[in-house]
Amino acid sequence: MDYAIQTIISALSLGSFYALGALGIGLLFSVLRLINFAHGDFITVGAYALIVPSSAVTATLLIGDFHPALLVLCIVGIVVMLAILSYFVVFQHAQKSSPATMMIISFALGYTLQNIIVMIYGGRPKAAGIWSDLTGQVQISSGVSVQLLQLVTIAVTWILLIALVLFLKRTRVGIQMRAAAEDFRMARMLGVNGKNVIALAFILSGGLAGIMSLLFVTQTGVLKFSMGVPIMLFFFIATVIGGMGSLVGSVVGGYSVGIVSVILSAILPEELRGFRDTCVFILVIIVLLARPQGLVLTKAAKERV
Amino acid sequence: MIEANTPLLRMVRYFWPMVVLCIGLLIIVAAVDSTGDIILAQTLTEGLVRMVMVVALYMFIGNSGIISFGHIAFVLIGAYATAWQTCCPYTRDMFMPGLPTYLLNNSHHVVLAVFLAGLLAAFVALIAGFAIMRLSGIAASIGTFAFFMALYAAYGRWSTWTSGGSTVSPMEETTTPWSALAYAVVTIVAAFFYARSRWGLALRATRDDEIASKAAGVNVFGQRLLSFVITAFFCGMAGGLYAHFVAAITVDSFYLKMVFITLSMLVVGGMQSLTGAVVGVVVLSVVIDVLRRLEAGIGSFSLPTSSAEVGVGLIMLLILLFRPSGITGNAEIYWPFKGDISSSGAMKRQS
Repeated sequence: MDYAIQTIISALSLGSFYALGALGIGLLFSVLRLINFAHGDFITVGAYALIVPSSAVTATLLIGDFHPALLVLCIVGIVVMLAILSYFVVFQHAQKSSPATMMIISFALGYTLQNIIVMIYGGRPKAAGIWSDLTGQVQISSGVSVQLLQLVTIAVTWILLIALVLFLKRTRVGIQMRAAAEDFRMARMLGVNGKNVIALAFILSGGLAGIMSLLFVTQTGVLKFSMGVPIMLFFFIATVIGGMGSLVGSVVGGYSVGIVSVILSAILPEELRGFRDTCVFILVIIVLLARPQGLVLTKAAKERV
Repeated sequence: MIEANTPLLRMVRYFWPMVVLCIGLLIIVAAVDSTGDIILAQTLTEGLVRMVMVVALYMFIGNSGIISFGHIAFVLIGAYATAWQTCCPYTRDMFMPGLPTYLLNNSHHVVLAVFLAGLLAAFVALIAGFAIMRLSGIAASIGTFAFFMALYAAYGRWSTWTSGGSTVSPMEETTTPWSALAYAVVTIVAAFFYARSRWGLALRATRDDEIASKAAGVNVFGQRLLSFVITAFFCGMAGGLYAHFVAAITVDSFYLKMVFITLSMLVVGGMQSLTGAVVGVVVLSVVIDVLRRLEAGIGSFSLPTSSAEVGVGLIMLLILLFRPSGITGNAEIYWPFKGDISSSGAMKRQS
């Protein structure tokens, strides 16, 4: 029983992390048909922003030493700036391209960002711990102890989700964004400023990436130029499984992928455990075939003739 | 004389783009060979092996319009399948103890091994394509990507056959500029004829309008699957060549970086033309080589590390944003002489 509770909490925490990432991708896909492969690298940039830019072997914290509130503000600010910049410099010029071409463009952007990081900080992994007290264990009842960070991840995710829902349902721009996600051309004809909506989607997506880079660095304590790639792949899977372009779908997909991976590692026999990732990717192909719109349907997902 | 429409001349004109590309490559290889520069010869060999991959990618992407992120999976399959047959005959059971007895005790000649590796890749493509090629548009691209990731993850863990994440070596360095040229030429010729065959035409019809082509009786799924299998065969062979070029392979050398480099080469040249595929490989190989030399430093001047990668990324972005049809604009090499427009019209643009 205790083991089950611990497993459930780690599944929920991993699921929350994936849900936040999938949401960052889903937001952009819903308004722009863009699968942003650079999202993982936005997270990497946010993580590297914590330390002094240099190629020295040991990292010196810069923003990482600030007061926590200021730290969050700075990192989120930096990643949001990067996201906005990537819209105005890159993606704005590519809005008429096909989704697959935009996917390659984001791939190219991510590759460039990674190598710029190598240029500035060097290619070797660096240790950079922040908020190390969060990685300790807490006792929640006799026999059950979980990592504090897992609880924090779940809490942060739900606070952000509720804030996002309120924003989308209650504010004027939020409603415009939902309209644009439903039918971009129609929304524009009814007076929604397409550029603003897309820029806003980049801001929100960048903000989420900023928060995630903090969660991720706290968890791992290591900076690596390619650290964004593997997690990005799981966000991407989550978006596909949940349903491209549906925000609810992204969250559902994120939790499904997180829970399925934790369950698979718990139940797969020892010799097959290594093949967990393979199973998850095959699951993606099955979902694409059996339910191409994803678990959650949107009106915009249907392809028109 | 040139204007005269003799059968011979018409034939030369028909094969013109293919002939020019092959002769161009031949001249490059002969020129590099005559300088005797070993480092230059290595760059050239790598470029030619990549050319096999990129031309195969063109055969699929250019004709079907589906951007595949999955073809490097076939390169991976081909590289390991070749290693099973040729690598390290005395220590093979240490690296890959799970192999069947026949493979543990016998080695094939490299040419046969590379050919069989291509066949294995084609066979895997047949099975995977049976599912993935039913998808269209972005879903198909995602499907190929998921397939690649699944296979990459499996090979990384399949330690009894692939030695897991560690290196399999040594393999004989049999891939020389000349042997790589032979494979590149074969692939270019195959791509040229495939594009002009009824299957190539049918596949391009599905690319331009899937629904109309269906209505005209094209089996969309079948044509895509056929193309997927054929191109997987060439990618598998490229994997074998690559293994015998670097002499030591790890699963990690066939990851997203290789996907990115090969796709960039195709995009930079022009996704829908054979000339584009070849030109893209040549141009990016030269750019990467020049930037690498500058990174290493000439005199007191040197560029920071990973300039080559940043350079490739930026070139790729600029081309995608401002010239999406690539350097060649998706056109083939023109027939340079005056002549009948009606027969050369089809040559200029197949898109």
